[in-house]
Amino acid sequence: MNLTSDQQVLWRHGSMELNGTIVTTWAMMLAMALGAKLVTHRLATERTLSRWQCSLEIVITSIEQQIREVGMDEPERYLPFLGTLFLFIATATLCTVIPGFAPPTGSLSTTAALALCVFFAVPLFGIQRHGWSGYLGTYVKPTPVMLPFNIIAEFSRTLALAVRLFGNMMSGVMIIGILLTITPYFFPIAMTALGLLTGMVQAYIFSVLAAVYIAAATTIRRPQPVPGPRPPPTP
Amino acid sequence: MDSNTVIAVASIATAGLTTCVGCMCPALGEGRAVATALTSLAQQPDASATITRTLFVGLAMIESTAIYCFVVSMILIFANPFWTHVITQAGGK
Repeated sequence: MNLTSDQQVLWRHGSMELNGTIVTTWAMMLAMALGAKLVTHRLATERTLSRWQCSLEIVITSIEQQIREVGMDEPERYLPFLGTLFLFIATATLCTVIPGFAPPTGSLSTTAALALCVFFAVPLFGIQRHGWSGYLGTYVKPTPVMLPFNIIAEFSRTLALAVRLFGNMMSGVMIIGILLTITPYFFPIAMTALGLLTGMVQAYIFSVLAAVYIAAATTIRRPQPVPGPRPPPTP
Repeated sequence: MDSNTVIAVASIATAGLTTCVGCMCPALGEGRAVATALTSLAQQPDASATITRTLFVGLAMIESTAIYCFVVSMILIFANPFWTHVITQAGGK
């Protein structure tokens, strides 16, 4: 049984093969990059804006507002990374309505790659904000005893991100595949709709969790004011 | 019972038990989360955006434990390394 799109081989030459994951990922990347370039090659700031530019602006501003609400104070710095994560996973989910399309996020290699991007991005942003000693110092807070737990937490968070997304997308594809062999007409459509809903929720969750991890690494902790001796009252 | 039968029975039984536990316990947790969220929404409707967003994030975290159980069941049924070892041994004989 075809668990993931890694197993559909579309072209083989010697030891190199193109499987479904690679083809769908590159096709999506091409479509999204070309579409964005076409919409933005002549940006307008006044009078009439084209419909496509307006819709892209809606998408960008709502992602930025969500990042701000999660608790980051400079959302535009992290918007490219987090927005790309959200848009890639959301587009992969939306394209499942195309018959014969297996989403690339249904393969553990794609979700592991996305989780690794987050794994490397969190220290990168943390070091950019706090410097090396400031970021590495967060591993021994609140006490140095927590150092192994903090390190394990980094790895387990990454693994959880990858497996959560993979499990959700793979289960959607598998349920539809099984139902197609049992009841061909009504149920697969209902399950495809449910798969769209869970896929969009998972895209949101992935990017929100990435935002939360980056926010945890980059918040500037203001030192609490220590109450000193009271000054003498002025006459 | 030879070892091949033991492997097959253990894989099938464990897959069923994993799915069983993985469906029941996260459902209980999610039910409690949604109930508490509904109570807070009734008490403070102005904060509905924050409550709803936090509810969805929490539900996804709980759901991920169910997904782990599902992935283990699928591996046991469809990508079982012990069973493929048995098959290659039986094919080689």
